[in-house]
Amino acid sequence: MRSIARRLLSVVMSGLTFLAAIVVICPLLLILGFLVYQGISAINVDFFIHLPKPVGEPGGGVANAIVGSLIMIGLAVCVGLPIGILGGVYLAESRDPRLPWIVRFIADVLNGVPSIVFGIFAYTIIVLPMRRFSALAGGFALGIIMVPIVLRTTEEMVRLVPNSLREAGLGLGLPRWKVTLRIVLPVARAGIITGVMVAVARIAGETAPLLFTALGNRFWHQGLDQPIAALPLQIYAYAIAPYDDWHRQAWAAALVLITLVFIASLAARLATRGRVATR
Amino acid sequence: MGDGIYVKDLRAWFGDTLVLRGVELTIAPNAVTAIIGPSGCGKSTFIRCVNRMHETVPGARVSGQVLLSGEDLYAPGVDAVEVRRRVGMVFQKPNPFPTMSVFDNVAAGLRLAGVRRRARLQEEVERALRHAALWDEVKDDLDKSGVSLSGGQQQRLCIARALAVEPQILLMDEPCSALDPIATAKIEELVHDLKKELTIAIVTHNMQQAARVSEWTGFFLMGELVEFGVTKELFTAPRERRTEDYVTGRFG
Repeated sequence: MRSIARRLLSVVMSGLTFLAAIVVICPLLLILGFLVYQGISAINVDFFIHLPKPVGEPGGGVANAIVGSLIMIGLAVCVGLPIGILGGVYLAESRDPRLPWIVRFIADVLNGVPSIVFGIFAYTIIVLPMRRFSALAGGFALGIIMVPIVLRTTEEMVRLVPNSLREAGLGLGLPRWKVTLRIVLPVARAGIITGVMVAVARIAGETAPLLFTALGNRFWHQGLDQPIAALPLQIYAYAIAPYDDWHRQAWAAALVLITLVFIASLAARLATRGRVATR
Repeated sequence: MGDGIYVKDLRAWFGDTLVLRGVELTIAPNAVTAIIGPSGCGKSTFIRCVNRMHETVPGARVSGQVLLSGEDLYAPGVDAVEVRRRVGMVFQKPNPFPTMSVFDNVAAGLRLAGVRRRARLQEEVERALRHAALWDEVKDDLDKSGVSLSGGQQQRLCIARALAVEPQILLMDEPCSALDPIATAKIEELVHDLKKELTIAIVTHNMQQAARVSEWTGFFLMGELVEFGVTKELFTAPRERRTEDYVTGRFG
């Protein structure tokens, strides 16, 4: 009798956890499904290779916004990646008792700061002196949003590397910096790359910090010191406009954005597969 | 040929806690010296002071002298990194580098020392693996990951990795405590062969192992070296009451 009750309980609990898992992924699937449903009709080859058309003319695409987003993500990675990874390694490997604590605290605060504040910051130190909106300012704003995310994940991943490996390296007569570079970082690599991808996914969808840095542009980009289009800005512009055609394009652009992020995450996963640290 | 080590008035701290209280002993060249004692007696800390690993722990401190061939390893101006190349170490848990192949694990120390020529590396890796009695088992799998080997093989891989840089001294910190009896026997046999070429200090929990492999034994208790002498005498006719209690299993 007891064993039947126990098995029943086991089935019920397993069922509950399964249900919880479904509940968690449901909103995600719904959003994705809704995007596909609303956006797929506006997606065609033109959408990827053409500039936006003026109001009233059907068709047109968001090619400039896709390129603009990629350019600014590239710029952001140039800012956020080195600072984030080097800083994260410092936090994890430093033996200083105070400074890492302060840096960690500030990074956590930055992580919670609304992204528009980073936009204001970039506006103040880049847009105002340059006297114009630019891809540089947008990329910079996105880059500093990346820093705390990359910093903290890198730190966590480097911390996960067992200390016995550091000792093995030191015991061989490797100087500390070589132990970090040649032994610790390769082991933490997969985790760090995942962290970077999370940060890229996050900034790819940021709209607020781009409003008064990159500004947006209806044409192809004309240099890094000029205003530039971006997918989230385009989605924003289309979504608040009163035209049905633009609404459809906003859905489609959102679908493209999510697909790009998805492909990038998948690529990173595949590239680091089989190299995950074993202990 | 190996070199001897003379340790004089060695004290070590973790923060404010004194864990070694003035140890003095000699590690004889081309012999095996066993360090025994209950958990927490400072035996691991002791050998970690010999290759200056102790100071890599935050808050750890050392005073006293460790003389290798007459040269004080703690003298000002002596580079700890340089010391660790001359005094190799094998740890309690096998710790091959997980992102490296068997070959790269053994070659890691050499590459660092600036050896780039493939032929030279291959030669040295084979020599080290033969020395560690592992060559026959892995010669066809040099490209496989170091962590794909069995526990005993991993530990011999770590020994090969330490031997590849040709240290004068090899320190072993309970190298068999994570291994089964067959793998343990292989390591002990290996230790016996290796002392022809270098000097070995081995920390062990296992008194039978100390009796089997070593010529000299030191018994540590609460940070002090209670007794040091020829292994056979220490186990059969200890001078100190505390040593006798420990080796006969009355405590610890």
